Amino acid sequence: MAWLVVRLAISVSLLYAASAVFEDQVGKFDWRQQFIGKVRFALFDTHSQASKKLLVATDKNVFASLNSRTGDLFWRHVDKTGPEGHIDALLMYGQDAVVVVGNGRLLRSWETTVGGLKWETVLDTGSFQAAALVGVQDLVKYVAVLKKSAISLHDLSSGSQIWGENLPDSDSVQYQTIYSGENGLVFVLGIVPNSHIVIVEYKIEDGEIMNKKSVEAAWMSSLESSCAVVSSGILLCVDQITQSLYTLPLQSAEQTEMRQIHLQMLDLEVASGFRPVLTSTQPNPAQPPLSEFFLQLSPDHHILLQFKDGLIALLRDFSPSYLAAFATSGERTVAAVMSPKNDTACSINLFSADTGRKHLDTTIIYHMDPNGGKPNRLYVHAFLKKDDSVGYRVMVQTEDLTLTFLQQPGRVVWMREEALADVVTMEMVDLPFTGTQAELEGEFGKKAAIQDGLLPMVLKRLSSQFILLQAWLAHLWKLFYDARKPRSSVKHEVTIDILSRDEFNLQKMMLMVTASGKLFGIDSKSGTILWKQYLENIQPNSVFKLIVQRTTAHFPHPPQCTLLIKNKDTGLGSLYVFNPIFGKKSQISVPTLPRPVLQTLLLPVIDQDYAKVLLLIDDQYKVTAFPSTKNVLQQLQDTASSIFFYLVDSSQGKLSGFRLRKDLSTELIWEVVIPTEVQKIVAVKGKRANEHVHSQGRVMGDRSVLYKYLNPNLLAVITESTDTHQERSFVGIFLIDGVTGRIVHEAVQRKARGPVHFVHSENWVVYVYWNSKFRRNEFSVLELFEGAELYNSTVFSSLDRPHAPQVLQQSYIFPAPINTLEATLTEKGITSRHLLVGLPSGNILSLPKMFLDPRRPELVSEQSREENLIPYAPEMPIREEWFINYNQTVSRVRGIYTAPSGLESTCLVVAYGLDIYQTRVFPSKQFDVLKDDYDYILISSVLFGLFFATMISKRLAEVKLLNRAWR
Amino acid sequence: MATIRLLSLILSVLLTVTLLWTQSGECNTGRRSGDAVDTDFSGFSVPLEHSFEVDDVPRFRLRGALQLRGGRENSVYLSQNQLSEKDRSTLKDVAAVDGLYRIRVPRVSLQVDRQTERQSEGYLTTFVRACSLVESHLSDVITLHTDVSGYIIGISIVTIPGSCRGIEVEDEVDLEVFNSTISVVAPVTAPAPETAPYIERMEQEMEKKGKNPQEQKSFFAKYWYLILGGAVFLMATSSAQTPPGGAREQS
Repeated sequence: MAWLVVRLAISVSLLYAASAVFEDQVGKFDWRQQFIGKVRFALFDTHSQASKKLLVATDKNVFASLNSRTGDLFWRHVDKTGPEGHIDALLMYGQDAVVVVGNGRLLRSWETTVGGLKWETVLDTGSFQAAALVGVQDLVKYVAVLKKSAISLHDLSSGSQIWGENLPDSDSVQYQTIYSGENGLVFVLGIVPNSHIVIVEYKIEDGEIMNKKSVEAAWMSSLESSCAVVSSGILLCVDQITQSLYTLPLQSAEQTEMRQIHLQMLDLEVASGFRPVLTSTQPNPAQPPLSEFFLQLSPDHHILLQFKDGLIALLRDFSPSYLAAFATSGERTVAAVMSPKNDTACSINLFSADTGRKHLDTTIIYHMDPNGGKPNRLYVHAFLKKDDSVGYRVMVQTEDLTLTFLQQPGRVVWMREEALADVVTMEMVDLPFTGTQAELEGEFGKKAAIQDGLLPMVLKRLSSQFILLQAWLAHLWKLFYDARKPRSSVKHEVTIDILSRDEFNLQKMMLMVTASGKLFGIDSKSGTILWKQYLENIQPNSVFKLIVQRTTAHFPHPPQCTLLIKNKDTGLGSLYVFNPIFGKKSQISVPTLPRPVLQTLLLPVIDQDYAKVLLLIDDQYKVTAFPSTKNVLQQLQDTASSIFFYLVDSSQGKLSGFRLRKDLSTELIWEVVIPTEVQKIVAVKGKRANEHVHSQGRVMGDRSVLYKYLNPNLLAVITESTDTHQERSFVGIFLIDGVTGRIVHEAVQRKARGPVHFVHSENWVVYVYWNSKFRRNEFSVLELFEGAELYNSTVFSSLDRPHAPQVLQQSYIFPAPINTLEATLTEKGITSRHLLVGLPSGNILSLPKMFLDPRRPELVSEQSREENLIPYAPEMPIREEWFINYNQTVSRVRGIYTAPSGLESTCLVVAYGLDIYQTRVFPSKQFDVLKDDYDYILISSVLFGLFFATMISKRLAEVKLLNRAWR
Repeated sequence: MATIRLLSLILSVLLTVTLLWTQSGECNTGRRSGDAVDTDFSGFSVPLEHSFEVDDVPRFRLRGALQLRGGRENSVYLSQNQLSEKDRSTLKDVAAVDGLYRIRVPRVSLQVDRQTERQSEGYLTTFVRACSLVESHLSDVITLHTDVSGYIIGISIVTIPGSCRGIEVEDEVDLEVFNSTISVVAPVTAPAPETAPYIERMEQEMEKKGKNPQEQKSFFAKYWYLILGGAVFLMATSSAQTPPGGAREQS
């Protein structure tokens, strides 16, 4: 019987918590954008004229096919992160794309139309050097892979190894490149730096070494960066010190020295400090490369040269020119060169490769984004037009990882912002009011009320009401107008100008900071990028922290955000202040930070312009305030004794607390040192500043109240043991008061290992760890209660809370690994909380906090049933209907951001990783909104029906009364 | 007193602290956490120092001696001196300007055998508002926290009551002797998922179910009347003529 009750209780609770998206709600308030990352290899499918495929391999270990007409993904394969999934090479022949993955670990062939794997071969160990397609008599049949000490040849149709040979003297010679021309030979080129080049010839059929020779080249340090093969097997190298080119026929047996050609003979000179680059092209792997090649002499100087009969001829000098690339269509090879036109635009022109003559009417104007970076890669797709002339489209990649696809005469076909594949941090900011709303708000401004009398105020009121009426009518008219048009033709274009806060504040501005240093402002409703700003000179290992100093609530002051950019190595930082709605850089003078910044602190103290004060603490514990007006400094002096902050030094295991002094210096007030010999601090988290807790306590089964320990200054510190043995490793959890340094609770999770993910909110901490004994993931929840009585119910002060809280803890098994953890957040904190768990599968699980409650009883009692507690079960369920993103998986989810909306029931969620997914969640269902399928007709007809029924019955009753009176 | 400022402005600091994940190789000295051996029952003593200055620059003086005793049951005993006349007046002065009363102990391990292994380097400090100490008539609760291997990692002090109401403490005698409660707290072991009792309970439920003869009946035996009723109902409806346009449902 008890078991039945248990099951009933569980099913009832599940019924309550079940929240899935209906089929017709798909895409209604959620969107997903998929990204690929920084492109390393891009190849256009030139197999057929009508092909729209563009194959790309990126630094995020993604191999994908893009639609070159729209920029959408045809398919995408996301490999493992890190060096294991690193794409070393991408080769394409016909319908097949051959990819070398994981430093030469795997060789894969993909079918490019649907993205299916044709075959996969595990290669022998050894670090990857180069790969090349090998052709025999105009047919490409093999792919050769060069490792550090071996070369192997594989069949292109099956992947089977034809032969594999060890390279001679591989411990002294660095083999770097591979070349195959038309004559049935594979050349492997190696180098002994600053000594000589080694050339080994292999027979394609059986891998027999036909010839091996070494050529003096004392000036050369790397083959890969300074050499190229042109014409029929001529090795061409460039040296910036002697300012000359060197040539060597690979096959000739007699020549044992490279022939030197001074660049002076061609009237050329390499810019000082620049390493010249040679670019050759081999349109068909079964044929030798073209005899034309590009030589880059300085960052903006390219030259098209030709090698003919042992001589080098200058075909065309492109100065200035940023980028140059070859492209082939059919039998014709062209060269596209990008040169600057004016400050904001570049022009791309097409030249025939064999003569250097300019093709007429082939200019593409590329307008550079003033808020973007410089172009750094050019990919050209050439095709033959009907009149046999060559047409082309180009893809430009810029420093800020924007891919722009252009066609003549400069029309942008599509654009992809690949910087968004690596979002570091984000915030959501409320949108501003519209002009009319702002007008209405401004009417109640303090100054206006004092100056004007009663009558002008009335008039003002009436006029603003009239404006509102006008706006409403215009809105109605637009609705009516749109409704008449077919749905498809109604465009939902979002621009900054029409953006305004909606009724329930569901639409917000998403600010995203990416690792490449590009900032984005994205409309949360549609995912449209409204503004972008590239910050130049960002070190690749920078740490970002985004702070909202002034929200949109202080009209007419514009909202203000501050981005702290900190170099991870030196700790030196800089501030970038901007308007989050328009993305414009603010004119406010920013303090310079000459010393490394250790900590930042956003105070609730506001200056006269309603901007919150940001304190920056440097390594000498000096405090810089921003903004630092007189008003602010005065306020800081007044409140200095109640401003505390903490610092963490994980290398010494030290947590220390400081207090601000009136002269903006600081004093050390507490210190906790966790010895690093035993455990290391891995993470410290406080609570979110914008979190509200609605109820102070929990009502128990016996109607008494258990008060929560709601300490806003509490820090959760997670440590991991240095001993990683599975029996002795542990995870430590310390709850420390950030003001007094008091250790509120200290617990050790034995036989546990990281990575630990945790959420700290309200009166609870939830953390996930790896149980090294049972080899499974486990959740643990800590809840803190003050007890049946509150010490001081009016205000919380860390300095006056002498009694330690009661701590309850419970653990559960979680049947999946997790990537990230976050809790939902709502406006007033009335709605029950859910945990959002990002799973490696790309799903986001919305797990009711109810399941993570340390008061879940072992045995069901009357009281626990009264309290709606679910009986304890060691395993946490995962239900598919709890996946908030149904089939819209987020690859490599790295973070989840939650923000409250204007509706108490609704929490906005953004999950980011390789993809970005935005949705809304309703942890307690939509209790404050009518459902989408709410039957308005029924309710209004019932209302009207009742109304008329009362009217009629009233009339009848009157008649009846009259009749009775007559009787 | 103007110094009674609400501390609602106290802020937790929000910086994302970037933590380095470097594993230092020499850390692990083969020490096992937790299993301490009772080698010495006499214990040892460390000084407990305090500081209260009107100018708020810490100058620590000896307050007493902590007798620490490691082992399975960590115990601590505090022997302390009385406050001198001068100290009492200073403390009252400090309380008047809302100064801090700080205490510190050296970083030591409770395990006596490790004393020689690592000499203490630095101190662990904490504070309490001087006014609350005065108003509580020197009734304080000091807690020493240790980590799994017995190192003292933190110290905390609270006074009971903890508030500063601005009550004048007239009697000098009240500020002479500390009324201290001192304890050592070691980390608690967090619970692991309790699978064994859960399975046991499941089995009990199953057994109970097995014993109950009513539950043993087969599905048909239990619900024969419903099935029969349903069958009769179906037969009755199917014998009636099928309604026209039955296929409409599918559209």
